[in-house]
Order: sequence, then C-alpha cells, then structure tokens
Amino acid sequence: MRKTGIFIVLFISYITYSAWVYTDGTDTASVMSLQEQAGKIIYQKNNCTSCHQLFGMGGFLGPELTTVISDKNRGPIYARTFLQYGGARMPNFHFSKEEVDDVIAFLQYVDQNASTYKNNK
Amino acid sequence: MDHKKIGSLFIVLGLSSLLIGLFFGSIGGLQYILPPFLKEQLAFQKTRPLHVYLVINFIFSTASGCIYYFLPAASGRKLYSVKLGLVHFSLQAFILLIIVSFFFAGKFSGREYLEFPPWISLIILGSWILFMINFFKSIPFSFNHAPVYMWSWSTGLIFYFITMTEAHLWLLPYFNNNIVRDLTVQWKALGSMVGAWNMLVYGTSMFVMESISGDKTINKSKTAFFFYFLGLTNLMFNWGHHTYIVPSSHIVKDVSFIISMTELLIIGKIIYNFRKSYIEAKLKYHHLPFRLLSFADGWIFLNLVLSIIISVPAINLYTHGTHITVAHAMGATIGINTMLLLGSVFFILDEMNETMMERFKKYFGFAIVLLNISLLIFWASLIGSGIAKSMDMQEKNFFAVIMDHLKPYFTVFTGSGILVMIALFLILIPIFKTFIHFISTTKK
Repeated sequence: MRKTGIFIVLFISYITYSAWVYTDGTDTASVMSLQEQAGKIIYQKNNCTSCHQLFGMGGFLGPELTTVISDKNRGPIYARTFLQYGGARMPNFHFSKEEVDDVIAFLQYVDQNASTYKNNK
Repeated sequence: MDHKKIGSLFIVLGLSSLLIGLFFGSIGGLQYILPPFLKEQLAFQKTRPLHVYLVINFIFSTASGCIYYFLPAASGRKLYSVKLGLVHFSLQAFILLIIVSFFFAGKFSGREYLEFPPWISLIILGSWILFMINFFKSIPFSFNHAPVYMWSWSTGLIFYFITMTEAHLWLLPYFNNNIVRDLTVQWKALGSMVGAWNMLVYGTSMFVMESISGDKTINKSKTAFFFYFLGLTNLMFNWGHHTYIVPSSHIVKDVSFIISMTELLIIGKIIYNFRKSYIEAKLKYHHLPFRLLSFADGWIFLNLVLSIIISVPAINLYTHGTHITVAHAMGATIGINTMLLLGSVFFILDEMNETMMERFKKYFGFAIVLLNISLLIFWASLIGSGIAKSMDMQEKNFFAVIMDHLKPYFTVFTGSGILVMIALFLILIPIFKTFIHFISTTKK
C-alpha cells in the first residue's frame, strides 16, 4: 500500500511540474510571426537538425546556428550563401528565394530569443 | 504459436534493426571523415535518422520480445492473447518498414529522434495500446506484493505512452510557436522517454538476475524498491540537463541538477555490488548472461560518472554541443542497454539450445570482449573529440578549422564503430539461426 502511495505522490508531482513547465516555466520567448513559422517548417521538413544545433541540441556535422545571424564572423549573408548553394558537407537543397528568406527569418527569431546562450558565451 | 514464439519474433526484429542501424551509423561515421561521401545520394540528413531510429527500434523490439517471453513465468499466468501479440508484432514490423521508406524518400518531421511524419506516431501509439492491454491483462491485479520488475515494466509501458504523446505537443501552435517552450517540452518528453525504455530493459534484467540466482527475495527487497523509486524520480524530473542553455525558468535547471545528483547513490550501490556476488553457484550454467550483466555494470558506472559531470551547469556550458553528449547517449544505448538486452537474450538461448551455447561459449566470449573493447575506444574517442571541440570553441575558431582539428578523433570513432558492428555481427549470426530454428519448429 505504501509503495502505491509513493507512486501516486510522485505521479501527481510529475503532472503538476509538467503543467508548470508547459506554462510559466517556458513563458520567456516571443511568439513567432507567420514568416518565422514558415521558416521553421522548412527547417524541420529538411531535417536540418540532423547536422545543425539550436541551443546545443541537434547533430554535429554542421555548425551550431543559434546565434548565426548576430555572429560577427557569420551573419545573414553567410547563412544565405549556404542555404542557396550548400557547402562541402551540406547538400544543395535548391531552396527558392522565398524559402531562404523564411529560414533566415526563423534563425533571426531564434537568435533574438537566445539570451541565456549569448550571456554564457 | 505461443508467447515464447511471439517474444522470439520481436527479438529477431530488434536484433536485425540493430545490425542495419549500425550499418547506417558506419556510413554516417565515414561522412564525418569524407564529407563528399554519398552527400547527394544518401546525405547525413538521412543516415543519421536511419541509424538512430533503427537502434532505438532494437531497444524497444528486443525489450518487448523479452517481456512477452518472460511474462507468463514472471506473473504465473498465461499470456492474455497470443493473437493480440501477433497483431502488435505485425504493426511493429509495418511501422519499421514505413519509417525506413520515408527516411530514404527524404520525408521528415524534423523532430530530433522522432524524425518520421507525425501521423505514423498514431500507429505506434495504437500498437503500444495493444501491448499494454496484453501486459496488464496477463498480470495479477494487485501490485502490493508484486516484484520490482513488474513495477518497472508497468512504469515503462505507461510512461512510454505518456512521453510519446507529449513529444507531439509541438503540433499545437501554443507549443510550436514559442521556441523556448517547444525545445523544453521536446527534451522533457525525450529525456523521460529514455527513462521509460530503461524501465523496460532494467525490469527484464532484474527478472533474469532473479532467475539466475534463484533468490526471489531480491526483487521484493526494500533496496530494490528504493532504487526503483529513485529511477522513477529521475525519469520524471532529470531531463533538464538537456536544456540548460535554453532560456527557460532557472527552476527547471535547479530541479534537474538536484535530481541528477541523486544518481550518486546508484554509483555507490554499484561499487558496493562489485564487492559481493551472491550468484556464483549458478555461474557455470549461465556464464554468458552473467558476463554481459557484469559488463553492463561497468558501463552503468562509466555513464553515470559522465552524466553527473555534464549535469553540473558550469561544466555543461562547455560540453553541450559537443560529442560528449553523443558519448552520453551512445554509452547508455550501446553500453548499458545492449549489454543488458544481450544478457537477457543469452539467458533465453541457454534455455532454448544449451548444446549450441556450450559449443559457442569461447566464440561468444571472444566476440563480447571485442565488442566491449571497441565500444570503450569508441566512447573515449567521442569524449576526446568533445573536449577538443570545446577548447577550439573557446578560442573562437571557425567551424571548418574545428572540424579539421577533430579529424583524428573522427577516424578513431568511425574505425571503432565499424569494429562494434563486426563484433555484434559475430555475436548475432548464431543467435539468429537459433531463434529462427525455434520459431519455425516448436510445436504448439
């Protein structure tokens, strides 16, 4: 009976903690615009995460992209060039200009919400 | 057809997934050393999800197979429905085929570790419900006197369902359109999902250990339940170290750090266990399962040390985004789960074909040592690569320069990864033959 009790207490704590994470615990970023959402869809459909990281999560064959836009050594032109032509490791995805703009907008959004990441660098 | 045959079908499916998954992993490794290799035909964008999904499928299928195989002996009841088990297996095999086809076709959801289109998850969840019905209808209603592996299996089944559902909350705009919420919830779900499949695997190993020792009190002891609840607490709250760098509330990080440190107790227990062995009497008969479980103990120790180190926020700052994270995942997946699952599979083989096991004893012994040595080199090269990358990042080197510096590490991890594949191939071929013979000849 005691074991069941411990399980129930833990489970209720888990549900409560999850509810808090879904709401106040993560209420620290701005909401994406329609163009940024479109960029995110392209980022996901092409499985960019298998090679690139956002906030340190993703694959390691390509560079981390969280602050690619504000990075003085890279910036939007650097990102645009790779999106249009690919690179030594990156295939050419043949994105249209509109698609490239959308992905850049999404990366811009990520960059703007990367306060912790920038503070730690 | 009986529960043992259904279990065997799942095990064959799982072990086949492992071999094919390692093949794609080796191609992915080669793409690190030779960037143009299959870049346009089978880019890393495809080889990585193929590798990851197939290896994860190995864990789920093999663990499910072992549960089907052991359940009647563990619960003292017949399997509720053999037909339901067969439908579950058919769905699992169907899902595997669909997902692999989608990956080859380049159709992704783009969600790390669950890269397949989300509608496939409905079939996965449906097949899981069938598994849960079969499991819960096959065990006694009361959990009060149930051994710890029954708790472990039940928890794994329930939490896999919960976390798999949670991993799809991104489909709702409320989660998807806020990057902090999206990433935090994604890794909350994935972190706990790993805890769920660990519960399935650990439960199986606990049953095997009980069967080897013949001591039924082990899995009803207070210590066993203390570690079960400690594991459950970690499953629920120890996912935050994946998201230290995401700007969510600091409470998420604090909770995760405190819970991570409780893993020190597990390490203490492992060291204590190394000093006493209560199952020596049966070692002669179950030599290989015991050996694999001992190797798993070593891997648990190494991975817990690594996971505790990377749970310290000041260290995590330098290790995140490097191959140290991969070492953490690979060590846990191959090192711990593969040794534990192979231990259970060898235990089944001891029962299935004692003569073959005795004849191949030295051969298996050699392949198991080769597997562990290759894996240790692989693991160490990932950590070395992570440390080197972290140092390069501190010097703010360009990505291309960092990748060039890391090439020796990539060569070692690809080479040792291929050796891991060869060692597993050597181990699995005789196992396949035995299982296929068992599936095709056992009478009703």
